[in-house]
Amino acid sequence: MSEPTHEVKLTVNGVPHSVSVPARRLLSDCLRHDVGLTGTHVGCEHGVCGACTVLLDGEPVRSCLLFAVTVDGQSVTTMEGCRSAEGGLGPVQRAFMECHGLQCGFCTPGFVTTITAFLRDNSDPTEEEAREAIGGNLCRCTGYQNIVASVLRAAEILREGAVE
Amino acid sequence: MTIDAPVRPQAPPATPEAPATSGRPGPFGKAIPRREDLRLAAGDGRYLDDLGHEALAAAFLRSPHAHARIIDIDITDALGVDGLVAIYTYEDLDGRVAEPLPLLIPHPALHAPRTNYPLANGVVNHVGEAVAMVVATDRYIAEDAVERIRVQWEPLPAVVGLPAAFAAEHAVHPDVPDNVAAHMVQSVGEAHAAIDAAPYTMELALHVERSASMPLEGKGVYARWDADDRSLRMYSSTQTSTSVRFAIAAKLGIPVDRVEVVTPDVGGGFGVKIMHPWPEEVLVPWAAIRLGREVKWVEDRREHFISSAHERAQEHTVRVGFDADGRILGLDVRFLHDNGAYTPYGIIVPIISSTQLLGPYKLGSYRVEFHSLYTNTVLVTPYRGAGRAHGCFVMERVMDAIADHRGLDRAVVRERNMIQPDEMPYDQGLIFQDGRPLIYDTGDFPASLHKALALVDWSGFAAVRDAARAEGRSVGIGLATYVEGTGVGPYEGAHVRVETSGDVVVATGLTTQGQGHETVFAQIAAQELGVPIERVTVTTGDTRRFKYGVGTFASRSAVMSGNAVAAAARKVRAKALRLAAAALAADESELELADGEIVVRGFSSSDGLPGPRIALATVAVLANPLRYAFDEEAQRATQFSGQMGATPAGDGPPVAEGEEPGLEATGWYSPIRSTFANGVHACVVETDPETAEIKVLRYCVVHDCGTIINPMIVEGQVHGGVAQGVGGALYERIVYDESGQLVNASFMDFLMPYASEVPRVETDHLTSPSPLNPLGVKGVGEAGIIPGHAVIASAVEDAEGFRIDRMPISPSELWELRRRHAAGEVPSLRRASSLQPGSSLREEPA
Ligand code: FES
Ligand code: FES
Repeated sequence: MSEPTHEVKLTVNGVPHSVSVPARRLLSDCLRHDVGLTGTHVGCEHGVCGACTVLLDGEPVRSCLLFAVTVDGQSVTTMEGCRSAEGGLGPVQRAFMECHGLQCGFCTPGFVTTITAFLRDNSDPTEEEAREAIGGNLCRCTGYQNIVASVLRAAEILREGAVE
Repeated sequence: MTIDAPVRPQAPPATPEAPATSGRPGPFGKAIPRREDLRLAAGDGRYLDDLGHEALAAAFLRSPHAHARIIDIDITDALGVDGLVAIYTYEDLDGRVAEPLPLLIPHPALHAPRTNYPLANGVVNHVGEAVAMVVATDRYIAEDAVERIRVQWEPLPAVVGLPAAFAAEHAVHPDVPDNVAAHMVQSVGEAHAAIDAAPYTMELALHVERSASMPLEGKGVYARWDADDRSLRMYSSTQTSTSVRFAIAAKLGIPVDRVEVVTPDVGGGFGVKIMHPWPEEVLVPWAAIRLGREVKWVEDRREHFISSAHERAQEHTVRVGFDADGRILGLDVRFLHDNGAYTPYGIIVPIISSTQLLGPYKLGSYRVEFHSLYTNTVLVTPYRGAGRAHGCFVMERVMDAIADHRGLDRAVVRERNMIQPDEMPYDQGLIFQDGRPLIYDTGDFPASLHKALALVDWSGFAAVRDAARAEGRSVGIGLATYVEGTGVGPYEGAHVRVETSGDVVVATGLTTQGQGHETVFAQIAAQELGVPIERVTVTTGDTRRFKYGVGTFASRSAVMSGNAVAAAARKVRAKALRLAAAALAADESELELADGEIVVRGFSSSDGLPGPRIALATVAVLANPLRYAFDEEAQRATQFSGQMGATPAGDGPPVAEGEEPGLEATGWYSPIRSTFANGVHACVVETDPETAEIKVLRYCVVHDCGTIINPMIVEGQVHGGVAQGVGGALYERIVYDESGQLVNASFMDFLMPYASEVPRVETDHLTSPSPLNPLGVKGVGEAGIIPGHAVIASAVEDAEGFRIDRMPISPSELWELRRRHAAGEVPSLRRASSLQPGSSLREEPA
């Protein structure tokens, strides 16, 4: 007998989506394979690495710890939603490129979404606050130093943008 | 044979040749941002699981036992799962797929090699070994079916840990009763006699525990079989697509030209993905062919812990003889290496350990002997640092111990034992992992040491220690040096083509897992061809684009493919100048290539003198004489245009003798042996007097990787390596219980460092170009991690005043050592009594 499915309505990066998924479908899998946005990555599927972090109604959550059906009607921002309006690198993403804040890039989506939310609340962080803000995400490549620099650079880019 | 003087004549007359266009402006050597980041930082990368959304999903039933016989596999229950497509066990395998997986690197000392079957054949030898493969419409359903397969097991005694393996009360493989896979001895001089005759001798037992590469993306395989074309395309998250291609073609009995292996973006490797073919790399395409459907398998984190390779576990017993000045007269190292249940990757790790242990030092004599032992645990293959981290730990612990014994400064003892720059090239008299002599090419080890001492302010540390003491805090300083063999052969190649648009397309066989190859290889090609880097694109790890190559490991990519790209680009450059000379009716020697065009020297746009010129794009058009034009530009290369090829006068063949059509070339680089990078790490730690928590306060790195192509990327490699080194020294370890269960197979329990645990890295460097390759480069991928165990042990020991002889070290282990030290069971360092406020560490007197 085939598994029953549920209609789930989501707004992803501002675009409404409706998907039909089994109750056990993880939000991470739903975003990646049903909505087709593979910018969200899965590093552990047990809530520790943070690669799957997306913003749910603006707040960072681990999409591997949520079922898609539990976020019906909510809005999700993914890595793709952190791009610039023209589709190029967004401010946080640009900072990562400028500061060499990524190597393999697998952890990057979780950092970019987390930092996007952090800078919304703290537009001028100290280095220590920047390090603290990324303290829940694992990166196996960079040693974090350039990610901390990316946070500070992103804040700078965003402040410049706000002034313009 | 003695190692005091190099005994082998130096083969290569090769002089380091700067890039052809060095001195000219160009991207080589600059910290330019990475070109791949436009894709990766936008969330537009394509990793393995981003492909094949319509593919069937595979999942594996894996052994819950470390050692057991399979009595029966019952799939009845699983057959009822809706969406199930197929279940395979060993009985279903056919042809060469039913044979054991290949022994990749045979070695005469590996007298009892054993490799596994893709699916267990009657017996399992570690938790996580694949027993059955399920294919279903999606992964959730495939896992449902896996859960319903019933296996009847007959557990067998598990061999776990080196002491048990060596004692051999039980055997992993019944036909290897002593559990010894390999036994190897190398020696230079008469170490035993030298030690016996030395004024002072010491014995140490030095242990390193198991760890793992642990890339953030696990492995994954996706295969498509085209039955009409009888061809296979396979994607794998691997460090070597070229070798996977040959291995899979051989296993599946498909002509190799019918197999394409593509490595998409890869979320980190660090060694574990150089091992191949993994059972899944054989089974996924095999199933795709049988089913005539696309099949994909993506490893989950638990699978990665229990079935992908580990590394590091070694137990060393060391005897050293030295003189009053701390000079080593003889070193004898015996060690046990835990190779896990199988040896498909041979004994590369212990070979590297036993050779790279020597570091920057010349010892009076050296003997190393190892046993590589089977245990009922996951197989062991290289993890970043591969054997070097343990070797460095042993050598540097010995240096610290000698310094303490003689009441000498730890830096002084190191310097006294170092090879001097005027002794380069220096032959250590051993055979390295590439089967070639261990000859250091260049480097100034004392200069590296002094730079590191200056960076960490070694001589000023006594004051730092005093100040900390005054606040009731305890700090220590550590030092460790390393030499890293990089750029091992046998070869890599590259293809460079100038398109008729003037764009330059580069392809090389080896793969990328975050090292920035799309940028550094583009820097090399752009520099050689005098084109803006924006016009260059680079593809790695795609056998459709470049079929031959070896892979990405052992800090070899910049050396191997970097020089291959340079070689190919230089051929293209020469050809462009030849064709341009004919077209411009000028002499080749008058021409230069810059900003995408070829001009007569002195007449470039920057000279402000408009002179005869031809765009590289036009040369590319002319290089391929055409009968049929495909666009306006191409019309210039057709028969009646009067411009065709190198023979505008029309008196020779359109493609001249010895030429080939197209402005493109293939270049190769195959070194006679490895090139050796070196460096020194120094760090300051604080140990909490109550909790025994260890915090790294400062971490300094001085490294010498020869000519640098992109300093930003080099720096990034060092940072990342240090983070893994610190993780390996203080937090990470793979723990098996005595029954062979891996008890910490999750990120919850295997403690990779977060940002809060990784110190800021302070760096400085030297540049000793390698004479072994035209670019003068050396590898840097492992520079950050190698001295991790050694330097942190050195600092913790310094803070605590008693010897640290096993790594990693956790707060509870340090706490226990303190307790035993207080109880008189662990002796104090000799210098500990002198480390009172006001004393100078510079002297470290006994
Ligand atoms: S994948 Fe969700 S936290 Fe790791
Ligand atoms: S860049 Fe590879 S895990 Fe962070």
